[in-house]
Amino acid sequence: MKTAIDKYNSIGEVVTQQVVLNKGKDFTLESGDTLGPVVLAYETYGVLNEDKSNAILILHALSGDAHVAGFHHSDKKPGWWDEMIGPEKAFDIDKYFIICSNVLGGCKGSTGPSSINPKTKKPYALNFPLISIFDMIQCQKSLIEYLGIEKLLCVVGASMGGMQVLAWMSRYPERIRSAIPIATTMKHSPQQIAFNEVGRQAIIADGHWKNGNYYGGPLPAKGLALARMIGHITYMSDISMMQKFGRQRKKSREAFKFTADFEVEGYLHYHGENFVKRFDANSYLYITEAIDNFDAGNGKPFYEVLKGADFKALVIAFKSDWLYPPYQSKEIIKACKLAGLESSYCEINSNYGHDAFLLETEEEKRLMTHFLKNVYSSQVM
Amino acid sequence: MDYKLIRLDHRVILDMIMPNVSVLDLGCGNGDLLSLLIKEKKVSGQGIEIDDNAIYECIAKGLNVLHGDIDSGLAEYSDKSFDYVILNQSLQQISHIEVVLKDALRVGKKVIIGFPNFAYYRGRMQIFFRGKTPVMPSLPYKWFDTPNLHFLSILDFAEYCYTRNIRIERAVFINKKRKIRIFHNLIALTGIFLVSNEGIN
Repeated sequence: MKTAIDKYNSIGEVVTQQVVLNKGKDFTLESGDTLGPVVLAYETYGVLNEDKSNAILILHALSGDAHVAGFHHSDKKPGWWDEMIGPEKAFDIDKYFIICSNVLGGCKGSTGPSSINPKTKKPYALNFPLISIFDMIQCQKSLIEYLGIEKLLCVVGASMGGMQVLAWMSRYPERIRSAIPIATTMKHSPQQIAFNEVGRQAIIADGHWKNGNYYGGPLPAKGLALARMIGHITYMSDISMMQKFGRQRKKSREAFKFTADFEVEGYLHYHGENFVKRFDANSYLYITEAIDNFDAGNGKPFYEVLKGADFKALVIAFKSDWLYPPYQSKEIIKACKLAGLESSYCEINSNYGHDAFLLETEEEKRLMTHFLKNVYSSQVM
Repeated sequence: MDYKLIRLDHRVILDMIMPNVSVLDLGCGNGDLLSLLIKEKKVSGQGIEIDDNAIYECIAKGLNVLHGDIDSGLAEYSDKSFDYVILNQSLQQISHIEVVLKDALRVGKKVIIGFPNFAYYRGRMQIFFRGKTPVMPSLPYKWFDTPNLHFLSILDFAEYCYTRNIRIERAVFINKKRKIRIFHNLIALTGIFLVSNEGIN
């Protein structure tokens, strides 16, 4: 364990904390519905400086959680973006105070459809209201206020995390000094909605789903696993799949028809089945719906919403990402430019497809380290 | 900063630009020129660059840059949205020169263009006596690995401006170390033009 920590220059053991937001009062959601009390699970690393100017909020993607770096007690695997966070990494915990929270609607400690509804003492299931990306960031804003932070040094995230970054840029521009949206889009294209819909239908078609009321009984495991398998295909690229699997078959040829004997099949099954152990099917439905409905400008052109804002933006895309293709990031940077924001765009040359945001950490480190340093030093002056 | 240590072409461009203006550098490379202009002239600067490594260097310098191809257009920029558009050592590498130049003149109030002079005398001698494509300090590439798509002389460009009604406001010619005042099409390695389309309107 110790050696693993040393090897990764990790921040060591961390714990997830929970907080009841807004002193337990209800939140009014975008839909007009109210929800409360809302709990967020979050982790923080590093120390908040005296003038509270070094806080960075990291926003996770669809299946992520608050555990972005370090090791949980007795875990062998670190958090999902561990290579980016730690001493001398892009998000240097000796300099910055890092916050990451599980989104509203999630299933890793924050209030979501699997949480107990205080009114019925049973899980919300489909009584959980429809949520939006803007609802998620409303809760995050409440969290940073609870932590005593007025203005964030940076909000950063990829994929759905990137949508939350755009939502912050759009809704709370006065609360951020910089923003790094990665491999994301201002709104979903029909192709992106289509993939999500197939995932949702896989869950809904599972007999164990029972209109969402499966808690305490068998889980809609087949449906959720299938949704995850589809997801995984869209996260990779033709080249990355060829490099990772080729047409290799697994060693033991089983005697039955239609067993998963290509390595790529085994990989998808493995990830599908594993996902079921850590993710709630209803959360998957609610969150993917929030992603599909997202519109960064909330009905207005994004550049108009951004006008007058005063923060720096770094937009990052990956060449082989066909789920969130670079053209969508170019539209984001175009809106930033039209709004007169100080902003940069970089397209990282990667074969990993959408997954690149988790894998191209060297390149991301190079870009973000200096970007953050410049933002941080410019505010000190 | 020691003025003498600055690259001569950068020094010439620095002298052409007024303080506190806005600048768009097309093909900004590693951002040296843009950083210089921001530091010395307090300009608000933006760059476009296609090279991966150069973009990383620019971002490390804190510059605002777009990773992309100049040829893919400046359509999103409105008319006269920059005081200066710079094309330094990038013009000869652009596929559709006319389209980009026209757009640069639309987007910028003035345009600065620096390019290697193909008619430099040593180049002429290499063609004439050795019968080979010239390789010289301003055009250091062999025919098979050059990024340059167009080869033009100082006279070519001046003539082009004349035929297209582009007004040449200033032109400075340099070799490695100093400015050239006479026979520039013969003994200058590089030509740097400050142009505008005020002549047209």
